[in-house]
Amino acid sequence: MDARVSVIDKRLKNIKRIISVASGKGGVGKSLVASSLALNLAKKGFKVGLLDLDLYGPSSHIILGVKDVFPKEEKGIIPPNVHGINFMSIVYFTEDKPSPFRGIDISNIIIELLAITQWGLLDFLIIDMPPGMGDETLDVIRFIKKSEFLVVSTPSKVALGAVSKLLKILKELKIPIIGVLENMSMTRSSFIKNEIDSMDLPYLGCISFDNALEESIGKPNKLLESDFMKDLDDLLEGINL
Amino acid sequence: MHEWALAESILVAAVEAAEKEKLKIISEIKISIGELQQIEQDIFEFALEEIIKTQGDKLKNVKTVIETEKSTLKCKNCEHTWDFSDMKKKLNEDESEAIHFIPEVAFVHARCPKCGSPDFEIMTGRGVSITSIKGER
Repeated sequence: MDARVSVIDKRLKNIKRIISVASGKGGVGKSLVASSLALNLAKKGFKVGLLDLDLYGPSSHIILGVKDVFPKEEKGIIPPNVHGINFMSIVYFTEDKPSPFRGIDISNIIIELLAITQWGLLDFLIIDMPPGMGDETLDVIRFIKKSEFLVVSTPSKVALGAVSKLLKILKELKIPIIGVLENMSMTRSSFIKNEIDSMDLPYLGCISFDNALEESIGKPNKLLESDFMKDLDDLLEGINL
Repeated sequence: MHEWALAESILVAAVEAAEKEKLKIISEIKISIGELQQIEQDIFEFALEEIIKTQGDKLKNVKTVIETEKSTLKCKNCEHTWDFSDMKKKLNEDESEAIHFIPEVAFVHARCPKCGSPDFEIMTGRGVSITSIKGER
């Protein structure tokens, strides 16, 4: 028996809420939403952790401008605090080189990370998920029983096609869904809202396409002042975050 | 010392298994540690002893037996097999330490020594597992 699995609940015991930011589709802004959500909550005075589980293409460290830090070893590994966020990512161990992992390796990495990371007391742990419903999503559902999902889509029918599949499986498994956030909105349209309403799930609102956002990448202080963050903040108010 | 976290996982898993089997006392735990984990056995044993002290009677006189599972790596591309000692020769200190924390980053830092493919398989030698538990009901 793999002993590491047994200790995962203990490692997550002192975390009040775990929010996985997910989508069926890639490129919809999950990492930006996850990193910005973590920054937003940390600024409000909450104790926040951020775990980047996008093991092939981690990007939260790029968004937060994380450089030259490494977890501290103490009865496990303690994530470094970056801009008020306890941040854990595979990049500490890959030196940002390409990561050709197969499914069983993904599961083993997630088990190891969850078994050895000492998060301590947190109000929120935000998980930046990879796209789809592969090993990472299934492992979060299997090992992190108290995780809630915040699902990101864009206004595109193409994105919604994949997003709705993720939503259906989460619903079928009775996993708590905080709601669906529409990102990169360019024109006023109720298409996504109507579709989410018809699935009887909460539509959280939309974030307008922010032309200047790229300038805030790697600069958390600038990101906190961006139009993207203002829209996100309004939307979080609606769900008491 | 992340050995502590892994030692703790062994004891939590052992107590869980003992409760399932209705064991009142655990007398022996056999532990298998994959070679890729590069566990410092002294630190691991020290952690086990220290954590056992904080546990209840179930683990009071437990004997722990630690075995290292040798690594076997097999290339999916050319079917060549090799082991961690061959791999380690080409790793620098940071790469080796990264594999100590997360064994699967071997796929990031190492390649098949014969054909250079990153698409190899860890056949044996990773993870931390309990191979047997003895006790009294």
